[in-house]
Amino acid sequence: MPAPPPSRLSAPSERSSGASASAPALEVERIAHTYRDRSGREVRALENLWLTVSKGEVVALVGPSGCGKSTLLKLICQLTSPDAGTLRGEPAVLMFQRDLLLPWLHALDNAALALRAAGRSRGSARAAARPLFAELGLDGFEQARPDELSGGMRQRVAFARTLLSGKPLLCLDEPFGALDAITRMQMQSWLEAALLHRPRTVVLVTHDVEEAVLLADRVAVLSPRPGTVLAELEIPLARPRARTDPLVAELRERALRALGLDAARAGATGTAGIAGAAGAGTAGVAGAAGAGGERSPGPAASVRGGGGVHPAGLARR
Amino acid sequence: MRRRAAYVLPAVALATAVVVAWELYVDLGGVDPFLLPAPHSVAGELWNSGGYLWQNFTVTAEEVLLGLALSLAVGFVAAVVIHLSPLARRAIYPHAVGSQAVPIAVFAPMLAFWWGFGIFPKLVVIALICFFPIVVTTVDALAAVDPEQLDLMRTLDAPRLRAFRLAELPSALPGALSGARIALAVGVIGAYIAESQTPTSGTYTGLGREINADLASDSTARAYAAALVLFLFAIACFYSLGLVERRLAPWTRRHRGELH
Repeated sequence: MPAPPPSRLSAPSERSSGASASAPALEVERIAHTYRDRSGREVRALENLWLTVSKGEVVALVGPSGCGKSTLLKLICQLTSPDAGTLRGEPAVLMFQRDLLLPWLHALDNAALALRAAGRSRGSARAAARPLFAELGLDGFEQARPDELSGGMRQRVAFARTLLSGKPLLCLDEPFGALDAITRMQMQSWLEAALLHRPRTVVLVTHDVEEAVLLADRVAVLSPRPGTVLAELEIPLARPRARTDPLVAELRERALRALGLDAARAGATGTAGIAGAAGAGTAGVAGAAGAGGERSPGPAASVRGGGGVHPAGLARR
Repeated sequence: MRRRAAYVLPAVALATAVVVAWELYVDLGGVDPFLLPAPHSVAGELWNSGGYLWQNFTVTAEEVLLGLALSLAVGFVAAVVIHLSPLARRAIYPHAVGSQAVPIAVFAPMLAFWWGFGIFPKLVVIALICFFPIVVTTVDALAAVDPEQLDLMRTLDAPRLRAFRLAELPSALPGALSGARIALAVGVIGAYIAESQTPTSGTYTGLGREINADLASDSTARAYAAALVLFLFAIACFYSLGLVERRLAPWTRRHRGELH
């Protein structure tokens, strides 16, 4: 059983002003961003968006398409700059939705590209990438060309490349969005295992609410464009999580409700204690800490004191 | 074997049809053989003057290949500079276009004045003619690199030039090579112009000079035989470059293979 990262045990109190031992990995305040689309019209992608991510935390961003999720990741990774607001945090690396593997490099060299970009020699980059290949279930595929790999394997190589950048904050932009449903489920379990083995701070953009609930410690629900955080939902479940776990289904449903999509199986409340503990499950103000304590005494659970009320609550809308 | 035959056969069939039609036209149409020699007399010249044609061919082939290599080197560097610097693009690009329209004859005497009767002024002429297609295709290939690929290099903290070397340069290679294939065809014409326009010394002066001399002395059939050699040379070079591209950029070929 892998130990939880130490930073999870001491979740920071929200908006703490002092620089405590565990300063957030990322603080996004009042971000606004507008871009011009191809026809030259201005598109307000993000407006008045707040988000805080603690060290070692996995935060999923879900929202309707075009709500500026990808824009937010680009801002976090400093590939573009905001019109207003501030971003503070650790160095962040972006994993794109498309794997962007270079067709002339074999898989190992594609992963090692992160190190070569940082100036390492080909040989030393390969040597450093090789152990990760075994760990990520890629051994035997080192010499494969990208066009010989399946979609899932390509994403694994892309993830290896992202990890090898060495940056503490990973921004994953719908990493499994282009995969078929079965491969996607496999890759979700795979990513969960990979993150248990090598804990990192992660901001995961997804349109798949179940994926968010399975992988994240916290789910932030974004509004339609211009995107802002509508609600946040703690996911205090132990890992590894099972898709079939009623609590997963319940949290998924609450996230859907926060998105304005009422789940079909609304009667599912009460299958587990969590709904009662959360008080009818208004997303964003979940008493999730209590439910988590009830559910998962295991050390891997991320029990965050204070729970789900974050600066970007409903009131800001 | 069958597949290879399937690739070669259509070209052979078309060539045969053209040769037959040509032969019939000359034999039955009463065309003056000094204007248009019949294929059989061209073939006869190819046989009788084989050694002479070969010697001249090696001169021309050397000019074409070295001239192409020169224009590849200069053109690729120019394309990279144009790609990386908007200022260089504005400065160089219009001149590259304009240079295509300048008749070489205008400054051929200067080339001879600077570099004499040897091969180098001819290489310059050929390189000037080949330069443009190489620059254009390479600049386009560099510009066609996926912008997200560059974002990836940025998020991996690659400095601009390293990102260029790791991501853009290899992806522009197929473009540069297809530019070279186009340049090759015009490069053969370039060799003819170079030989015509710059003075030469030596026993064998290349197929271009030979064609001019043959036409002037009514040896039309041999001029046609020389043209046929150039024709075959261009085809051989074109497909050889295709093989080079397969070796240097195998990923493009595999991609194309999927589309079949």
